[in-house]
Amino acid sequence: MTPRLPHQSRGLQLTLILCALVFIGFFLLLPLVAVFAEALAKGFGTYTAALVDPDALSAIELTLLVAAISVPLNVVFGLCAAWAIAKFDFRGKSVLCTLIDLPFSVSPVVAGLVYVLLFGAQGWFGPWLIDHGVRIIFAVPGIILATILVTFPFVARELIPLMEEQGRTDEEAALALGASGFRTFLRVTLPNIKWGLLYGVLLCNARAMGEFGAVSVVSGHLRGLTNTMPLHVEILYNEYNFAAAFAVASLLALLALVTLVLKTSLEWKFGYSHGSTR
Amino acid sequence: MEIALSSQLQMQAAVAPPRKRHRRSRKSIVPGFGLTMGFTVAWLSLIVLIPLSALFLRAAGLGWSEFLAVGFSERAIAAYRISFATAFAAAALNGVFGLLTAWVFVRYEFPGKRVLNAMVDLPFALPTAVAGIALTALYSPNGWIGRFLEPLGIKVAYTPVGITIALIFIGLPFIVRSVEPVLADVRVDVEDAALSLGARPLQVFVRVILPAILPALLTGFALALARGIGEYGSVIFIAGNMPFKSEIAPLLIVTELEQYEYGAATAIATVLLLASFAMLLLINGIQVWTRKRMDP
Repeated sequence: MTPRLPHQSRGLQLTLILCALVFIGFFLLLPLVAVFAEALAKGFGTYTAALVDPDALSAIELTLLVAAISVPLNVVFGLCAAWAIAKFDFRGKSVLCTLIDLPFSVSPVVAGLVYVLLFGAQGWFGPWLIDHGVRIIFAVPGIILATILVTFPFVARELIPLMEEQGRTDEEAALALGASGFRTFLRVTLPNIKWGLLYGVLLCNARAMGEFGAVSVVSGHLRGLTNTMPLHVEILYNEYNFAAAFAVASLLALLALVTLVLKTSLEWKFGYSHGSTR
Repeated sequence: MEIALSSQLQMQAAVAPPRKRHRRSRKSIVPGFGLTMGFTVAWLSLIVLIPLSALFLRAAGLGWSEFLAVGFSERAIAAYRISFATAFAAAALNGVFGLLTAWVFVRYEFPGKRVLNAMVDLPFALPTAVAGIALTALYSPNGWIGRFLEPLGIKVAYTPVGITIALIFIGLPFIVRSVEPVLADVRVDVEDAALSLGARPLQVFVRVILPAILPALLTGFALALARGIGEYGSVIFIAGNMPFKSEIAPLLIVTELEQYEYGAATAIATVLLLASFAMLLLINGIQVWTRKRMDP
């Protein structure tokens, strides 16, 4: 950190700090406090009742299931993409990187819509799927697909710069000493990238559990069947069941806080700095 | 969110630093190129490329006149206008307050700084729907903040002002995390030199510091703008969703879809997707421009 600059008066400094604190307070801290305050507004009994409600429980279950499938798939993809991009030189590398980043700039609603256009009743494969009794849209597979699409770049984007920086000399040494390719990956590459991988998984998981727009388009909002936690929050809220909506929302807010704490401790303890801020 | 903790920022990492290419003349002995490359391209095509091209093909199937009629209906144009205007206003306000926040974090010491700095990523970590209902609870006419604004005649919730507030929340980390590292790299001795040559503090900021951080600020602005245009979850609760007044474009897609108007939904989605491609090009352009400026 840079020391205080001599030319800046103490008064100006305090004013700027105060402005920033007020801004952060109003825009970041207050909404977070509001979630927990509103969740407990009608007492602790109402709060727990909202969480053990069967619909809420099945929403929690579905959210965990969706994350449990989409996050590992993104890890496999991220490892493959980073291996290919960081360890080899080929033409069109930057195009490939841009395409991997593409889902970040697509609106979640559009991400959901493209799957409806492919697999919905009016979609290209819709009639075929109906004939074969397979449901993708308004069912769990659609939710998983949409989640994979919106979380697509998370792990890859974390690993690519990290592995590029590390080069491939370690791997080449292991291979020259006779290790197999897979063993080299497990014993040399993986230990080198574990914190970056964990970081990517953390971000990917939080987004997967919290995704709303894309999932909302493909889910069909069937209570107890295709409702994830964020969608359950919306339903309760629209029914003016605010205390219950905020109760479920508080679980998601806790998830966000845990993610932030883990992410920050990774940054502090291991000096792991994020790809973009490097 | 949409957490992307900082991950959405990484878009910029792909293009940001001038890449050091290690040209290796000898062929690598590292195995697995065919396998990993094959899987990467196949998975990318299946999950991202084919579905997105399906959207364009469906839009092309509408025919030009139909596309214009449903994609640029009066209601759709009003929705684009609201989406773009609120996203722009939020990104601009974030440009000011995000820069202020980054400045305070980089230059000053105060108690609780590290915790607050970590909190800046909250909008990346907090699911958008949660942010949406929390902001509505604060700014609705009988909400924590709204009840004090109501007597003053200021309506926030259920107006474009409310949409802008939600987008300020969503966009803040993009600006702060873009500007912070660049601001930390601005060398103090250059500022001291300017000061010793008789420049006033404001001049130093405008003539020395601002040019150095401008590309990062613009990148953050563009990222926040792109995110704001497509944002859905945090906006719909606070927006009120009145057609022509507070209806954003992503919501209009959902509305059309619920009424089985697939053509209109496809056309509006195509316009939004083209807008995000344009933003991506803009961000790339800023990076190229920066690189050229750095080493002419």
